[in-house]
Amino acid sequence: MYAYTDFDRDFLAERNAQFRAQVARRIDGSLTEDEFKPLRLMNGLYLQLHAYMLRVAIPYGTLNAAQMRQLAMIADRWDKGYGHFTTRQNIQYNWPELRDVPDMLDALGEVGMHAIQTSGNTIRNVTADHFAGAAAEEIADPRPIAELIRQWSTDHPEFQFLGRKFKIAVTGSVQDRAVTAAHDIGLRLVERDGQLGAMVLVGGGLGRTPMIGKILNDFVALDDLLPYLEAIVAVYNLLGRRDNKYKARIKITVHENGIEEIRARVDAEFPARKAAFNGADMDILKRIEADFAAPKFEDGQGAFPTHYQHDPVFRSFVDTNTTAHRHPDYAILTVSTKAHGATPGDATSDQMRVLADLAETYAHNELRISHEQNVILPHLPKKHLRAVHAALAEAGLATANVGLISDIIACPGMDYCALATARSIPVAQEIAERFEQLKLEHEVGPLKIKISGCINACGHHHVGHIGILGLDRAGVENYQITLGGDGGPDAVIGERAGPGFAYDEVTDAIERLVRAYLDVRQDPSETFLDTYRRLGAAPFKAALYPEEAKANAA
Amino acid sequence: MPRAFTPKVVTANALLEGDVVYLDAQGHWTRDHAKADLIEDQGTAEIRLLEAQAQAHEIVGAYLADAQAGPHGPEPIHFREAFRTRGPSNYAHGKQADGVTTE
Ligand code: HEM
Ligand code: SF4
Repeated sequence: MYAYTDFDRDFLAERNAQFRAQVARRIDGSLTEDEFKPLRLMNGLYLQLHAYMLRVAIPYGTLNAAQMRQLAMIADRWDKGYGHFTTRQNIQYNWPELRDVPDMLDALGEVGMHAIQTSGNTIRNVTADHFAGAAAEEIADPRPIAELIRQWSTDHPEFQFLGRKFKIAVTGSVQDRAVTAAHDIGLRLVERDGQLGAMVLVGGGLGRTPMIGKILNDFVALDDLLPYLEAIVAVYNLLGRRDNKYKARIKITVHENGIEEIRARVDAEFPARKAAFNGADMDILKRIEADFAAPKFEDGQGAFPTHYQHDPVFRSFVDTNTTAHRHPDYAILTVSTKAHGATPGDATSDQMRVLADLAETYAHNELRISHEQNVILPHLPKKHLRAVHAALAEAGLATANVGLISDIIACPGMDYCALATARSIPVAQEIAERFEQLKLEHEVGPLKIKISGCINACGHHHVGHIGILGLDRAGVENYQITLGGDGGPDAVIGERAGPGFAYDEVTDAIERLVRAYLDVRQDPSETFLDTYRRLGAAPFKAALYPEEAKANAA
Repeated sequence: MPRAFTPKVVTANALLEGDVVYLDAQGHWTRDHAKADLIEDQGTAEIRLLEAQAQAHEIVGAYLADAQAGPHGPEPIHFREAFRTRGPSNYAHGKQADGVTTE
C-alpha cells in the first residue's frame, strides 16, 4: 500500500495547523462566515441539516487496519460512534462540532489520511475499482495511476478554482466497477502491443444533466497520461462555462463544443505540458508501483471445500458475497453494510474495528470501500473464509445480499443533507425489509436499486437498474422511478417511468415492479436488466401504473 | 389582492455545534421550535432576520421558515423544517435524543 513520505506528512501537518488557526479565528469572531466557509470547505467541512459534516477521503477506496481503527476512534471520540461510507469512496462523519474538527484532522493525519479536496471546485478524491489488485480478470492494478493522479492534483495551483467540481475514476478491468463513464474523466487501463495505456473518457456525470462519457482517446500511453490529463483539465478550465453553475461541468463543455473540438484543443495543449513533465512523473510512478506490490499469496484452501459443501448458510454467503480472486486459493470478500433495515453505508465503530481486526489477522491487512457503500477484504485466503464469516456474523455484518435487491445505494437524503428535497434512507430501509419479509431476494437475483434525495444524484439513481429520485411536490415527498440504468462498462442512463409516488407508496410500487419481472422473465438466469432490455419499459410501466393500464385496455 | 403572508420563524444553525436553532421573542436562540417567535408580518420578519444575521458569532445561515401556530407554540409547515425540529429518521440522534422536541 502507498506509504506517506516525510514530505506528505509535513504537508498535512502544516495544512492542519493552518486550518486550526482559521477555526480559532472564526470562533473568536475575526473571520465572518462568508470568509470562513470557503476555508472550511477546502478541508472537507460542510454544514448540513442538523450539524456539521466532515468528509474524509479514502483514496481509491484503499485503507489498512490501522487507518480503519483510527476512523473508528474518531467516530467514538468526536462523533456518535458511526460513520457513513459514500459512493465517492469517502467516509462522512455526521455530527462533529466545529471546535473538534482540527483535532479530527490531526488524528487522520497520524495515519496518512485527510479531507483535502473532498469539496470545492477542484479535482476531487480519485476513485478506482474496489477490487483493484485482486480481481481475476484485471488487466492492471489501477491504484498506482490513481495515486499518481492524486499527487499531481493535490493542491495543484492551476486547478484550485475550476468552474466546478471535477471527478476522475480509474479502472484496470473490463468489468468497470468504478463507473468510469459517469465521471468528468474516466480512465480504463488497456493493453496495446504489450504496452499499458489508458482509454480516456470525458464528459460523463450524473446530477441534473446526466451524461455518459465520450471516448476522447482510445489509447494514451502511460508516460503521456499525466500531461494528457493536465491538458484536458486546462482546456476545461479555460473553455468551461462560469456564467451558470448548472452548466459549468465538463460534460456541458463537451456537449456544447463537441468532442472533436475538445480533442483538437487537448492535442494542441498537450506538447507543452508533456515537455514540462520531463519524465519525472514516470520516476514517481515507479516508486508508487513498488508500494502497491501484491502481498505474498499463500497456497492451499484448508477445510474450505468441506465447509462449503456441508454448511448451506456459509455456502450462500460465499456464493453471494465473494468474487473470483487472481489467485485460485483466495477470494475477494464483500462485506455488506446493508443488513435488512440498516442504513446503507453506515458502519459503527465496533464494526469498523472488527473489520480492521479481520483484515489484519486473515487478509494481508487490506480493506477497501466500494462506491456501492460496502467494505471489502480484497485478499482473503479461502482457508480463512469460515472464521471470517463467523466473526462477521457476530458483528451483524454477515448479510448475504451483495448485488441483490437490498444492497441499495442511498445518499443521506433529507435525513442529513441540506440540499435534499426528500429522504432516501428510510425508503431504502423499507424496501430492504419488505423483500426480506417476502423472502424473494435470492429468487430475484442481481438487481441494483439506487436512491438519491435530490437531482444531484449522489446515490447514482440514474445508473440503477431501478433508480429512485426523491423530490418535493408541493411540500410533500414524492419519488420518481427510473428504469434500465446501468453503471457497468456499457453504461446507460435510466429512463423515467412516469409520474412519481408518494412516500408511503414507493415500496409497493417497487414490489409490483419486481413481481412483474418475475412474471415475464424467460427463466431465472435472465436478470431484471436483461428482461428490461428484451421487453422494454411497457410491462414494467403497466405494473407501476395499474390504473392507467386498465384504462388503456378498456 | 396581495398574497396572504405565511407566518415565519427565524431559524439558523449554531456556530459551534451546528444544531438547529430558532430566534425567540427576546432575541435569544432556542433549540425548541415551539419556543420560537412566530412573526406575523413581512416587515417584522425582514427586520428580525437582519438582527439574526448580525449575530454571526453565535449562528450560521439564518433564514425565514414558514410556520403556523399550534397548541404548544409555533409548528413547522414544510416537512423539511419538521425534520429539522427532531433529527434524522434512521437513528434517535439530534434533538430527539436530547429531548428537545415538544412533539
Ligand atoms: C451531504 C452532503 C453532500 C452535498 C452537499 C453534495 C452535493 C452534491 C452536488 C451539488 C452534486 C451535483 C454536482 C453537479 O452536478 O455539478 C453532487 C453530485 C454527486 N455527489 Fe454529492 N453531495 C453530498 C453528499 C454526497 C454523498 C453522501 C455521496 C455518496 C453517497 C455523494 C456523491 C456524489 C455523486 C456520485 C454525485 C454525482 C456525480 C456527478 O455529479 O457527476 N455526495 N453532490
Ligand atoms: S443527492 Fe441530493 S440529497 Fe442526496 S446527498 Fe446528494 S445533494 Fe444530498
